[in-house]
Amino acid sequence: MQWETVIGLEIHTQLASKSKIFSGASIAYGAEPNSQACIVDLGFPGVLPVLNEAAVDMALMFGLAVDAQIGSRSVFARKNYFYPDLPKGYQISQFELPIVGRGSLTVDLEDGQQKEIGITRAHLEEDAGKSLHEDFHGMSGIDLNRAGTPLLEIVSEPDMRSIKEAVAYARKIHQLVVYLGICDGNMQEGSFRVDANLSMRPKGQQEFGTRTELKNINSFRFLERAMNFERERQIDLLESGKAVVQETRLYDADRDETRSMRSKEEANDYRYFPDPDLLPVEITEQRLAQAKERMPELPDQKKARFASDYQLSDVDATLLTQSRPQADYYEQVVATGADPKIAANWVTVELAGALNKAGLELSDSPVSAEHLGGLLKRIADSTISGKLAKQVFEAIWQGEGDADTVIEAKGLKQITDTGQIESIIDEIIAANPKQVEQFQAGKDKLLGFFVGQVMKQTQGKANPGQVNQILLKKLKG
Amino acid sequence: MSLDRSDVEKIAHLARLALDENQVEGYAAELSNILALVEQLEVADTDNIEPMAHPLHMAQRLREDQVTEPDRRDQNQAIAPLVENGLYLVPKVIE
Repeated sequence: MQWETVIGLEIHTQLASKSKIFSGASIAYGAEPNSQACIVDLGFPGVLPVLNEAAVDMALMFGLAVDAQIGSRSVFARKNYFYPDLPKGYQISQFELPIVGRGSLTVDLEDGQQKEIGITRAHLEEDAGKSLHEDFHGMSGIDLNRAGTPLLEIVSEPDMRSIKEAVAYARKIHQLVVYLGICDGNMQEGSFRVDANLSMRPKGQQEFGTRTELKNINSFRFLERAMNFERERQIDLLESGKAVVQETRLYDADRDETRSMRSKEEANDYRYFPDPDLLPVEITEQRLAQAKERMPELPDQKKARFASDYQLSDVDATLLTQSRPQADYYEQVVATGADPKIAANWVTVELAGALNKAGLELSDSPVSAEHLGGLLKRIADSTISGKLAKQVFEAIWQGEGDADTVIEAKGLKQITDTGQIESIIDEIIAANPKQVEQFQAGKDKLLGFFVGQVMKQTQGKANPGQVNQILLKKLKG
Repeated sequence: MSLDRSDVEKIAHLARLALDENQVEGYAAELSNILALVEQLEVADTDNIEPMAHPLHMAQRLREDQVTEPDRRDQNQAIAPLVENGLYLVPKVIE
């Protein structure tokens, strides 16, 4: 039988605020356990949550970026369940009237097609703490630093029909929230967590099959693997006449499999109700207008602008706009007067390669955009040959100064003086009569030999175009 | 709407309340009475009325995004039954 995969994703993005969503405790990562859990986060009697405006504004920016419906009123609700890392016995979340309503996102697929994925909603909520199950004399340790950290949960429609589509959508959301500056996107630290709802149905069938929810996925690679495993598992069950059980399954990266959480709880019954501690949030026209003003240029817009303004190929425009820092770097290089296409090549090939090799981020690049611009200028005005430019780049990388300093110090200036090149060529012709004879007898390939001799003589500094031209003239003459 | 034994047991379980066997019938009757009281509201026509999320007609005040809370871990943990290395200790939560 032909099976069709149906996937919807729930993505929890940790918002890049300074303080928690309902308290003034810090959300900085890696602090001493419980040193950033104040009495509001701990749910002490008599405390009141007060909403962080940064969390609201970041949610609005996301809503604007996915063309979502944004209502004038948004309500917080209590989601009730018991777990030791949830001090209050409920999580403050949103149920009816989430801050961001229905929207959509267009993703680029591998075959060059585009697909619009529906976004059901995105709501604000507080994160829970962390349970540590190492051995504390048979007990669990609880760190509540993360409790109260602002999250925006982005829920998609079950619109994805393949694992590749789901990964493309997740990556696009990741790129978007990082571009917006509302999330640092760090998956290892849990700032961007993806849960996948996956089900199978016979191709052509209208209704959905029974789905399972996959959790505990902390990289895009694992997302793909977890879904692949789960897809095969469900097909095996269905083809052997068994039923898929609706449940939550944890992905185990070490074994590359998903396992049932074996929760003894019956079906989730969170008994949501509006949180009486929090009044409805009013989204005023003014607040929304301010959020609009804060919107940066989004990846798709930037890509389109790069392609048209700089006459770049689709591949180059996509690569350069992958991240905001890289796009900014590129534009700084172009601003020095560099040719956009050559600059694109240097940024995406030479620089990206060197950074990758050294294991560095662009923000730590030893070669600044101004330095790279200075180098490209010297290639453009023929001060150095393209071949020697890599050597200059290497020296700038090593901290030996800007392009002009390096060229001067190493004596790499290209020889463009026709008279000088002519006299070198004359010497070489005089020293190699046999080769000259063979060339003149029709062995054209020997031109390479002569060029090589000139380059050897000049340590690669002779202008290649001029060398070719003069050699041909003299040899044929 | 009236609640039977199993409804009460389920509600008690979800709220982690330990009920004695002999309390269940009494709670079922009391809770059913509360529901009956609330049901009287259903005679009111609410077709064009926006549901309220809060009894006060006010909007939530927002806080500036500033870290204002210092580390008070020692004081906060003074009332915890068990702590170790700064962590609260609780009965093991996974098997």
